Amino acid sequence: MTTKGEKRIVSEEDKIFAKNFNIMDHPDIPTGLPPHLQLQRTRVLCKNDAPIHTASVTYSGAYNAVGVDNSVKLENFSENFKVDVIQLSKDGMELTFDMIGIDAAIANAFRRILLAEVFLVILVLQFPTMAFEKVFIANNTSIVQDEVLAQRMGLVPIAADPKLFEYLSENDQPNEKNTIVFKLHAKCAKGEGRKKVLTKELIWLPKGSELVKESGDSNSKPKTYTSFSRSQKESFPEFADNPISPSYPDILIAKLGPGQEIELEAHAVKGIGKTHAKWSPVATAWYRMLPEVILLGEVEDEDAERLVKACPENVFDIEDMGNGRKRATVARPRDCTLCRQCVRPNYGEEVNKGVEEKEWIENVSLRRVKNHFIFKIESTGSLPPDVLFTEAVKILEDKCERVIANLS
Amino acid sequence: MEHGSFTNDSDASFTLAEEDHTLANAVRFMLNQDPRVTLAGYSIPHPSLECVNVRVQTTGDPAREVLKDACQELMLMNRHVRSVFDKAVSEFKVEQARLAAEEEEKKKAEEEAIKKQRDLLASMDIESD
Repeated sequence: MTTKGEKRIVSEEDKIFAKNFNIMDHPDIPTGLPPHLQLQRTRVLCKNDAPIHTASVTYSGAYNAVGVDNSVKLENFSENFKVDVIQLSKDGMELTFDMIGIDAAIANAFRRILLAEVFLVILVLQFPTMAFEKVFIANNTSIVQDEVLAQRMGLVPIAADPKLFEYLSENDQPNEKNTIVFKLHAKCAKGEGRKKVLTKELIWLPKGSELVKESGDSNSKPKTYTSFSRSQKESFPEFADNPISPSYPDILIAKLGPGQEIELEAHAVKGIGKTHAKWSPVATAWYRMLPEVILLGEVEDEDAERLVKACPENVFDIEDMGNGRKRATVARPRDCTLCRQCVRPNYGEEVNKGVEEKEWIENVSLRRVKNHFIFKIESTGSLPPDVLFTEAVKILEDKCERVIANLS
Repeated sequence: MEHGSFTNDSDASFTLAEEDHTLANAVRFMLNQDPRVTLAGYSIPHPSLECVNVRVQTTGDPAREVLKDACQELMLMNRHVRSVFDKAVSEFKVEQARLAAEEEEKKKAEEEAIKKQRDLLASMDIESD
């Protein structure tokens, strides 16, 4: 026992040990967030009536009291970010991929840019695309009104790369660098049955418009609605052998009865989805968070059978435990559509009169992982979906640059 | 456009013209991750006007610098996303091409086997004749 007056000699080793000692290195001390906080931070819990913990905790100092840093620094992000391509459809128009390690704010920014801001040449948000803007109707005796026909023409997707063309502003003349001209002449003879007018009857005119503008002079060359100086086949060698055409040849434009005729010329220009949805390059683009299905307790025998039968997406499977006993396991959590049949009273089955209805079943916990997104992009045909996504990311970068330039 | 005070430049509001939720939400997220920031938020005064107000309050650093840094980090993040995505897509396409080539080979091998059998049967018929 030390008595008063006895001094303890502190050696150099003790001093070094004291300096380097950190309580957090001790093996018994838990590091990181306690499990219930980690659950709140990374998972959306989909309860019976509504999901909870949906907002992501973005504030960097949120967990300072526990000693955990909540910021997403660039190095951590670069290490943890992953992209897995799941599926690319045969015609290359639909792409499904997973993005892991990113936040909802940025994933949503990508989705919004894909829908509205990628230019599309006609038929085309910051993604430019090409779409029919002016339709010159020479003859229309069908029952589809002129303006309705023009609106339908505008929505037809055209397979032409918008990067090859320039914008047409109000003061410009339509020339071969900013306009694509198509012709449509469909007729249904008397005595024939009803005829369908499909997009494959749209013929590309590489030399420009053929409709003549009325002018006073009869001596000079007749003026048309476009001033093409060269055939587009020369100025765009890509189109010399494969003519420009709509993305799909079997889109129905109008139906003609006997004796009806449509004769029109349509001019396509470059635009973005923000101005009009016809210029949007994607049929649609959406994402969902990765579902996670956890069984909170053992589900055995008869209950297991009912659970497996209840799920319309076959998320659960039966596992034999030996001794004839069965157990339910989660086999395909990715397919879960959150229909909540597995948590309804009696698994959604009909209740016979006289049988007591049970409360909501608490066997299954339906969750979503907050930073794992399953993206699906469906393109209309002018650009493949992976190019579209890369362009969308570039556009977000450009926006940031513009803000930085404005601030400096 | 920055609305702040001349004496205290750690709190300021910025007006971004021709922007909407797309950029504003992403920038707000990046600002929140920065430990120097005490408050970060955005609002859209009216949906018909294309303009966003971003409010930044920091622990001492000038708000304009912090906003610039957040935009810079967002840009770098985007570049990283793009490179990872491109790599993943090209790997996937290579894998698909390889699988398609394997299937082609398998089909050819099967066809050859069927042809050989047919030839064998044909030659057997001639013998029995």
